[in-house]
Amino acid sequence: MTPALAQHHGNEDAAHETHSGQDDHHDVCGFHHDPAPGSEYDSKQTSFHHIADANVYSIGPIQIPLPVIVYAPGSGWDFFMSSKFHFETIGHGDGHHAYNRYVLQAGSIKRIPDPSFPSGDVQLDGFITKHEEKEGKEVTVSYACYDGHEYRLDAKSTADGGLFGGGITSFYDFSLTKNVVSMIIIFGLFFFVFRRITKAYKERDGMAPKGIQSFFEPIFLFIQDEVAKPFLGDKWEKYLPFIMSLFFFILGLNLWGQIPFFGGANVTGNLAVTLILAVFTFFVTNLSGKKHYWEHVLWMPGVPAGIKAVILTPVEILGLFIKPFTLMLRLFANITAGHIVVLSFVGLIFLFGKMGGSMGGSIGGVVISVPLTIFMMSIELLVAFIQAFVFAILAASYIGAAIEEEHH
Amino acid sequence: MVGSIAALGMGLAVIGAGIGIGNVGAKAMEAIARQPEAVGDIRANMILMAALVEGAALIAIIVSFLVA
Repeated sequence: MTPALAQHHGNEDAAHETHSGQDDHHDVCGFHHDPAPGSEYDSKQTSFHHIADANVYSIGPIQIPLPVIVYAPGSGWDFFMSSKFHFETIGHGDGHHAYNRYVLQAGSIKRIPDPSFPSGDVQLDGFITKHEEKEGKEVTVSYACYDGHEYRLDAKSTADGGLFGGGITSFYDFSLTKNVVSMIIIFGLFFFVFRRITKAYKERDGMAPKGIQSFFEPIFLFIQDEVAKPFLGDKWEKYLPFIMSLFFFILGLNLWGQIPFFGGANVTGNLAVTLILAVFTFFVTNLSGKKHYWEHVLWMPGVPAGIKAVILTPVEILGLFIKPFTLMLRLFANITAGHIVVLSFVGLIFLFGKMGGSMGGSIGGVVISVPLTIFMMSIELLVAFIQAFVFAILAASYIGAAIEEEHH
Repeated sequence: MVGSIAALGMGLAVIGAGIGIGNVGAKAMEAIARQPEAVGDIRANMILMAALVEGAALIAIIVSFLVA
């Protein structure tokens, strides 16, 4: 613990006594998000920060502001651009100003629930991160410094139940975040591309495909012939738009998140996004279920009644929910795991280089990290296609099982 | 040390999924060798089965995330 970094603030209260005092570089209030050279590299926290959603869009080191839509019970709705937080354009997304008790820390909007903090545009002195003991678990809590006081920040508002440090908090964040903007871009891109392809098919009827049309035709035909037709039976045409939308939406976002230095939006690795995709599949499957399907779920014919009542029917009903649940987890875990592995390999540079403290270590880290990262990115490219295909094929097989007609 | 024990559990779950996916792949290769003309159907079903086996390992990953 260096003396310069160990200085304390005058307003220590009871909550600060539980502070473990491990990360000394966090003891000073400020916007110096990057740890000091020579300090220990926290690969877990860095990875989780980079796969999480953000209220700024970062292309390389440049941060682009995004619209903010937030609602807090009691203080109502707020609409503004995240540039109101006055964050550095080239930096780590720490906002130097607070606006209506909202602050931007490490690219995410957080709220100061303390009513004594002034509303409106307020200049902050900085942020401070502390590790506190809560119900036996060590949690990281952030404070905003203003006018000699430290104000506790609420965690960011996310729909994934706080898996990556967010959760249900005192406010609701409906902002156009990095993930939402990525989805809108992919949606717009595919809308434009597929409209052009449709037009090309009308104009060039009976002729060979040309340009972008010939790029998408094999992909489209592959899903149609390998997924939709074998699994959906005679009524494949009715469900083809749903399967295709799922496939191209997931594929597009998987690939969009693969582009290095371009935001790296982890959209399909966000539990809320995959949850909605799985819920759509659940409703399409069960709302189109025929009598045959429900009969086999609720009261399987040809099985003794006791076994049906005790085991089979409860398991089948559980299965209705487990199917979309694993769909949700599979896509989320595959994409998130891929991003974490890539980030961990890149993090080797900082781990060996002791955060810039050792030049030789950094060079050694680069030599190891670059080939591993390129290898992992190639695998991820494959995984992007496979996961989109797997989601489509599983959705098709679930729907296919639901619409199957009786054939005895 | 909680994190490392969670990682151990995840590793144990991956053994199971690894054996499962290995079996799926091995049998699919055998089937393709026996009947090369059915390679398209076998490949699609192989990926489907591998995805289903993978589900168990994914739940282990999520649990280790939550515990760690």
